[in-house]
Amino acid sequence: MSKKEWPLWEIFIRGQHGLNHRHVGSLHAPDAEMAINHARDVYTRRKEGVSIWVVPSSEITASSPSDKGPLFDPAESKVYRHPTFFDIPDEVGHM
Amino acid sequence: MALDATQVDQKALFDWLCRMGDNALILGHRTSEWCGHGPVLEEDIALANTALDLIGHTQMWLGLAGEVEGAGRTADNLAYLRDAMQFRNVKLVELPNGDIGQTIMREFLFDAFHFEMLTALVASADARVAEIAAKALKEVAYQFDRSSDLVVRLGDGTAESHDRMQAALEHFWPYTGEMFVADAVDEAMAQAGIAPALSEIESRWDTLVSETLAEATLVCPERRADVHTGGKQGRHTEHLGYILAEMQFLQRAYPGAEW
Repeated sequence: MSKKEWPLWEIFIRGQHGLNHRHVGSLHAPDAEMAINHARDVYTRRKEGVSIWVVPSSEITASSPSDKGPLFDPAESKVYRHPTFFDIPDEVGHM
Repeated sequence: MALDATQVDQKALFDWLCRMGDNALILGHRTSEWCGHGPVLEEDIALANTALDLIGHTQMWLGLAGEVEGAGRTADNLAYLRDAMQFRNVKLVELPNGDIGQTIMREFLFDAFHFEMLTALVASADARVAEIAAKALKEVAYQFDRSSDLVVRLGDGTAESHDRMQAALEHFWPYTGEMFVADAVDEAMAQAGIAPALSEIESRWDTLVSETLAEATLVCPERRADVHTGGKQGRHTEHLGYILAEMQFLQRAYPGAEW
């Protein structure tokens, strides 16, 4: 019998309503429905989630590590791009 | 006319609670045997989760059994210090796991019963029973989804997986009837409104199981009268003794050991 590997899926879980789905890891499954079941079993035993997304890993396009310089270096020493120079009134609370 | 649930024979109630608890304990133990041996990591974890869920149910059922008995025995005492003849599980759950197909098939056949039973028990006249059933049902509903999905995938899979699932079905089939053979204990529970009549559960089980098997392209064997019975009364296959030897060894060798 030929040994076929199941494809890899990237798993995203939303911890609470109102938050974003976050990448939590990856796992193998023959299709999307089983990937969701597996994600439920592997990543949400402790009530970590209210929603699961599964994405075939092969569908993800990643930036190349060798492009790191051209992609990210131009943002260096530009502190003014951070909105840290505003005084936030106390009444606004946490932002 | 239903009797008051508090009037029911406490010994019969104890026995019935042991049946619920022992089914979960023995199937939970069998399922836990896959831990570290699953065919793929994801299935290994799913099976270990199922085992833990079942052992959690055991704690609740046997805890209540000890309370009803009133002799000071805890769930642990009942699980670790009874001998095979005092176990009340159906024979179906004590049979060896076999391959993963057999394991999934047995789980599916039991899950369908477990799901219908717990669904009915949520309306039990005994509030303690209803509460345990409501908690366990959430987990068993998922277990049933999972095992029926896998039965369909493997049954309607390759020629090899189909043949193995058909063989697994025929292997376990003669043991399924015991779940529905009512004795005096089951009748007392049904009369008191604590548990449903097993004939009701049987017809719902039939529908649930035959729908899934048809989707899985598996042929449902004929229901026969000469089913393997006796487990619920404490007459077990030889396999139970081996399970208990492994499960109870530590408490027997080092009584009261804790860690």
